Amino acid sequence: MASVDLLVKGLRVGIQGKEILRGIDLSLRRGEIHALLGPNGSGKSTLAYVLMGHPAYEVVAGEIRLFGEDIRGLDPDERARRGLFLAFQYPAEVPGVALSNFLRTALSAIREQPLPPLQFYKTLHQRLESLGMDPGFADRAVNEGFSGGEKKRSEILQMSLLQPKIAILDEIDSGLDIDALRVVANEVRRMADEGVGILVITHYQRILEYLKPDLAHVMIQGRIVRSGGPDLVRELEAAGYDAFRTEAVEAVA
Amino acid sequence: MSGSQVEGFQIGEYRYGFHEPERYVYKAPRGLTRETVLHISEMKGEPAWMRDLRLRAFDLFLRKPMPTWGADLSKVDFAAIHYYVRPTERPGRSWEDLPEEIRRTFDRLGIPEAEKKFLAGIGAQYESEMVYHSLRENLRRQGVVFLDMDSGLREFPELVREYFGTVVPPGDNKFAALNTAVWSGGSFIYVPKGVSVEVPLQAYFRINARAMGQFERTLIIADEGSFVHYIEGCTAPIYSEDSLHAAVVEIIVKRGARVRYTTIQNWSTNVYNLVTKRAVAEEEATMEWVDGNIGSKVTMKYPAVILKGRGAKAEILSVALAGRGQHIDAGAKVIHLAPDTASHVVSKSISHSGGRSTYRGLVRVVRGAVGVKNAVRCDALILDEDSRSDTYPHIDVEEPDAQLGHEATVSRIGDEQLFYLRSRGLRESEAVALLVRGFIEPVVRELPMEYAVELNRLIELQMEGSVG
Repeated sequence: MASVDLLVKGLRVGIQGKEILRGIDLSLRRGEIHALLGPNGSGKSTLAYVLMGHPAYEVVAGEIRLFGEDIRGLDPDERARRGLFLAFQYPAEVPGVALSNFLRTALSAIREQPLPPLQFYKTLHQRLESLGMDPGFADRAVNEGFSGGEKKRSEILQMSLLQPKIAILDEIDSGLDIDALRVVANEVRRMADEGVGILVITHYQRILEYLKPDLAHVMIQGRIVRSGGPDLVRELEAAGYDAFRTEAVEAVA
Repeated sequence: MSGSQVEGFQIGEYRYGFHEPERYVYKAPRGLTRETVLHISEMKGEPAWMRDLRLRAFDLFLRKPMPTWGADLSKVDFAAIHYYVRPTERPGRSWEDLPEEIRRTFDRLGIPEAEKKFLAGIGAQYESEMVYHSLRENLRRQGVVFLDMDSGLREFPELVREYFGTVVPPGDNKFAALNTAVWSGGSFIYVPKGVSVEVPLQAYFRINARAMGQFERTLIIADEGSFVHYIEGCTAPIYSEDSLHAAVVEIIVKRGARVRYTTIQNWSTNVYNLVTKRAVAEEEATMEWVDGNIGSKVTMKYPAVILKGRGAKAEILSVALAGRGQHIDAGAKVIHLAPDTASHVVSKSISHSGGRSTYRGLVRVVRGAVGVKNAVRCDALILDEDSRSDTYPHIDVEEPDAQLGHEATVSRIGDEQLFYLRSRGLRESEAVALLVRGFIEPVVRELPMEYAVELNRLIELQMEGSVG
């Protein structure tokens, strides 16, 4: 139990009086990849937001522990400095701020010390290259006018540079063509192999074929109704969510 | 001990609020009379025409009503102001010539250092007079003139008489009249035909005395095909009594010439900053105002360009930051008198901690000025519920052929933007600072690097502690 790096226990979360997460349990260790699957509106993105500390959501009950520490009362930036990262499904635009400048500010904030520019730009260019991105990409304003695929690559670039310990990737595969998907998946795999614990939220089988998650969870109506190994993903692919919805109803009853 | 300053960090503090003891050659008593006006002229040993102009302007000042639009000027107390303070007998040729307290002030403001590093010339005004002036030798040899206005009048009387008060006449407004009556200091610049001054010239204006009135007068003449970039900065100590800064700037941009005039205004929040700035652009000439307003209690300033010659261009870029107790009422005026003239106005304002910013603009196109193009963009960012922003764009077009564009936005910092930045490790104040920096980037990128860095730093300093 002590080795669980991200522990979610009995988590119930509401927004404006409406309960969205109705008792979530999750144990993620560094180096593991977990997939979180489920139909639209089941609460997957809410879980991602709550783990990162979005102020709009209210934790009604349960625990969130990062490396044993209760982080429920921490601001998003404090969570980030402790090694948590969220790749957003819809990342915000930051007009007038170049991605490179943003990344340097973020990295300095996370490490709590200013970064020598030369060293930073060297690392940035290595990462851009390994992700198959144009060096000029980092000169553009953060997410402004980015295509869907560019936003996703930018999120992965950020993860790659910020070197978190636990990363939540919210639909990182949507809007990517097959080649981009392979590049992104390889980077995620590489980071997991280096010891990053990863929670992948997705609708699609395809990215999981590359990632080969250790564990998959199916979320329906704010609950994880099934967890299992690779077989679960295949079962889901064959049968769809309907079978699981029945389980959800049974669980409620 | 307001002169003491801790190196490093002070939260939300104006860093330039220190003052030095007053040891002056002459200090006029409070209040303005005809005698004071005459006395200023006498002390300066001016020609009769200038003395008469001052007296005429003084009458106009008395007759003109206070503006009833714009910021609240009801607390301006003309009787409490010192209208003329002469700090030294004559301008210094080197910094070492200056009295110790004046030299110390400019050292602390980093002026001699900037002079060495990235300026072609500098003028430093302390109270009513320019106390130091320099110009690189190579520019002097090319015929470039960069003097304090008083020396300009002495050494180039014909040129000054030809242009002084032609762009901003004495009766233009109450504060232009006041300036014309009691003006002292400011810059006189002449750039000869075809000469390009590649490195900026700078003037720095410092108020030190309590209840001071500073009325510098600047005249820039850029002859045909020339180029010059003039930068001004300003600061003052913090006193409980208000000071008054009412400058007039006149610029003549001759055929094919280009002038860029950059201001980083950082007065303390007890200064009324009521300034008239105007340029005339002749055929194919370009006038650019880059205006950063982050200080003062009240600012009313609308840099103007009169596009008089065919094909002339105007660009007016401004940033305003209004915090607690501040009202920045700023904007731009463009008058299209000639065909094929073009103008571009970008205004970015930030209101925080109960501050108020106003964009007030005028675009005028007269009949017959065909082929005119104009674009105005003003964006306001409001950081909290107590702060306010207003936009008053006036458009007056007599020529149906004109192509005009006006875009205005008012925004607040979005929760999702803030959450995104904070998820990347930025504290709330850092996230807001980054968003603000991005917001003003389209204007700041037009500044030379040193000034861009300085402006961003000043804005962050002013906003420290206003968030979170």
